[in-house]
Amino acid sequence: MKSAKRGKVVSYNKWGYIFLIPFVVVYLIFQFVPLVTTIANSFYENYRSGLTQIGPNFIGFDNYAAILKNPDLWIYAKNTLIMWVMGFIPQILVSLLLASWFSNPSLRLKGQGFFKTVIYLPNLIMASAFAMLFFTLFSEGGPVNSILMQLGIIQEPFKFFANVWGTRSLVAFMNFVMWFGNTTILLMAGMMGIDTSLFEAAQVDGATSKQIFFRITLPLLKPILVYVMITSLIGGLQMFDVPQILTNGSGEPMRSSMTLIMYLNKHLFSKNYGMAGALSVLLFIVTGILSLIVFKMTNANKED
Amino acid sequence: MKKKALSTLLAVSMVAGMVTGCGSQTADTATTDKATETTEVVATADTTATEAAVTETSAEEGKVLNVYCWNDEFQRRLKAHYPGYTEVDATHGKIGDIEVVWNMTPNTDNAYQNNLDEALLGQESAATDSKVDLFLVEADYALKYVDSDYAMPIADLGITDADTANQYQYTKDIVTDSNGVLKGLSWQGCPGVMFYSREIAKEVFGTDDPAEVQKKVCDWDTYRATADELKAAGYQIASSANDSYRVFSNNVSSKWVVDGKINIDENIMKWVEMSKELVDAGEVATHDMWGDDWSKGFYPEGKVFSYFGPAWLINFCMAADQEGSIGNQGGWAATEGPQGFFWGGTWICAAAGTDNVATIKDIMLKLTCDEEIMKSIVVEDDDFVNNKPAMDAMAQDTSYSSKVLGGQNPLGIYCAGVENLDLSNLSAYDLGCTEEFQRAMKNYFEGNATLEEAKELFYKAVVEKYPELTY
Repeated sequence: MKSAKRGKVVSYNKWGYIFLIPFVVVYLIFQFVPLVTTIANSFYENYRSGLTQIGPNFIGFDNYAAILKNPDLWIYAKNTLIMWVMGFIPQILVSLLLASWFSNPSLRLKGQGFFKTVIYLPNLIMASAFAMLFFTLFSEGGPVNSILMQLGIIQEPFKFFANVWGTRSLVAFMNFVMWFGNTTILLMAGMMGIDTSLFEAAQVDGATSKQIFFRITLPLLKPILVYVMITSLIGGLQMFDVPQILTNGSGEPMRSSMTLIMYLNKHLFSKNYGMAGALSVLLFIVTGILSLIVFKMTNANKED
Repeated sequence: MKKKALSTLLAVSMVAGMVTGCGSQTADTATTDKATETTEVVATADTTATEAAVTETSAEEGKVLNVYCWNDEFQRRLKAHYPGYTEVDATHGKIGDIEVVWNMTPNTDNAYQNNLDEALLGQESAATDSKVDLFLVEADYALKYVDSDYAMPIADLGITDADTANQYQYTKDIVTDSNGVLKGLSWQGCPGVMFYSREIAKEVFGTDDPAEVQKKVCDWDTYRATADELKAAGYQIASSANDSYRVFSNNVSSKWVVDGKINIDENIMKWVEMSKELVDAGEVATHDMWGDDWSKGFYPEGKVFSYFGPAWLINFCMAADQEGSIGNQGGWAATEGPQGFFWGGTWICAAAGTDNVATIKDIMLKLTCDEEIMKSIVVEDDDFVNNKPAMDAMAQDTSYSSKVLGGQNPLGIYCAGVENLDLSNLSAYDLGCTEEFQRAMKNYFEGNATLEEAKELFYKAVVEKYPELTY
């Protein structure tokens, strides 16, 4: 009886599962397995000295203790945050401005499609190529220094890469240029999602465009803003390619532009999977907490 | 029903596609594994056979000769001087019916060694045609490979002490392992000299005669005074503080690592002291070596008086083939400089497990022991080769002169330098220590750190690279 009943109901569930297989397989191989092995590695002493493999020996939480005791870790974390903040503040301000211009129908901006494409373009360049370009532009004998000297602004070439804030500013600037287009598009989507009748009602009541922006757009945009901020923070924590290429992997001067992931990468010179693994797990936990916040927020938003 | 059939078909084909994708791959590896196993047996049989009989029968030779290197220097030498090598394209060549595959990985960021390490560690399980056959090493890290089982003793190739008798002893010392077994050979000797610009010497000192200029740089105090003189005339004595580093680091009295502890030699601290003064006075810059800023001095606009280096620097690196460079106009000259030193050099090693023993033996013999071929390397490429009698003879020979050096015969200076080389203080950590020391000291030179802070940074960076060390 049962089987007869089943035969009549067409069940599409199994197709769903079958079509999920490619994703699950790829996920398992390229995400899950590395994740588990990284965590496993973090409990072992495992590195290579020359051509001699040392370990793996199980040492419990020693790698974590070594990393957390190392005062440098906090310096690298601070560097990462400083460079992220320096890039994020201009990024969010410019993006808000551009997004409100693009999404304001009363401005009737011409060539919107063109500009939206152009501001997104820097994100399409490979970060390493972009960093290489900046390295050449801002080197001691590079074009930027020649121009500044010819204009008479400086007498001696300015050594951008021998100056703490010079290097940090360049990293922040590059991150800003690369990501403000992306943020603009996210914010624009958020702004277009706001009910237009609210704007109209405000206009009828005689609100200025400034008031509309601060009293209506911004408060209603808050969830998107927080989302943008947290995802950017997660991205910022993983900052690697730009400073790595720009400083040739050194994080100079005095490692003031060395980020957490660059530090992790340093351990890979000696294939020190134990230390690198422990550092990865710590970063994973921090990133996980941040992601949870985003998740809660977006869910809370739905209940409203 | 049709729909269902279609979706079944789609799903099945998709899953099947994935499975076959993986399946065929595993099948592939399985077969290659098997192939490796069988060929490995053959290969070991081969080597034992050659070892026993030391006969060169090309029938036993593998079809592919895999060469691991970091630039095209060796390739250029082989192309120009090894009889029977024909180029196919940039990464492939042929010697007889053996295919030569060039595996070039740049030295930057340790990439060459990382790549070579992986290849060597996987040597046993690799298919015969993809095994490393021949690899090149530099003095800075030669010990790492020489002191392992991955490099084959030269004697096992059938090359005797008599064959290498004319080579400079120091070139053999570098690639001799801790048990006294020789494991590599080089075609070049790398005594360093000071190359200076004739133009600037004439303008500032009134002469470009090497003997006269030598008086201006005969020791470090004089060198320092000369730097002031050059600065007043608007020139830098060297491009970067790092230029003179090798001169100091080759004259040390202790190793970088002593009993597992990092150790900074006194002489290296002297380099720091002098360089700091020079940088503060604006007489040298702090560029990283090999960068664009560093190599500006290869051209007259760079306003750099001198570079320290061995023969390969001038023939291979200093843009002599570029229109408008000083080298192109024959504008350099060579003199001993304040102290003798050596720098770099490329050694040829045979990888254990190779199936091209006879070919490697022949390449080594031709390039590093054959006097005629070696002489032609000197004449055509301005290199300094690893053959004492030939070099001594050519040093006296007035018919040889270097175009880049404006008609000077520098071999006498090289010959004098090579006699005094002391290599007792090399260690397997030299490359990492040198790199990190220069990097850390740049902070001190630029005023971003005190000397103590810079040293601290150096220790930290070295321990990251070599976790087994302490300080």
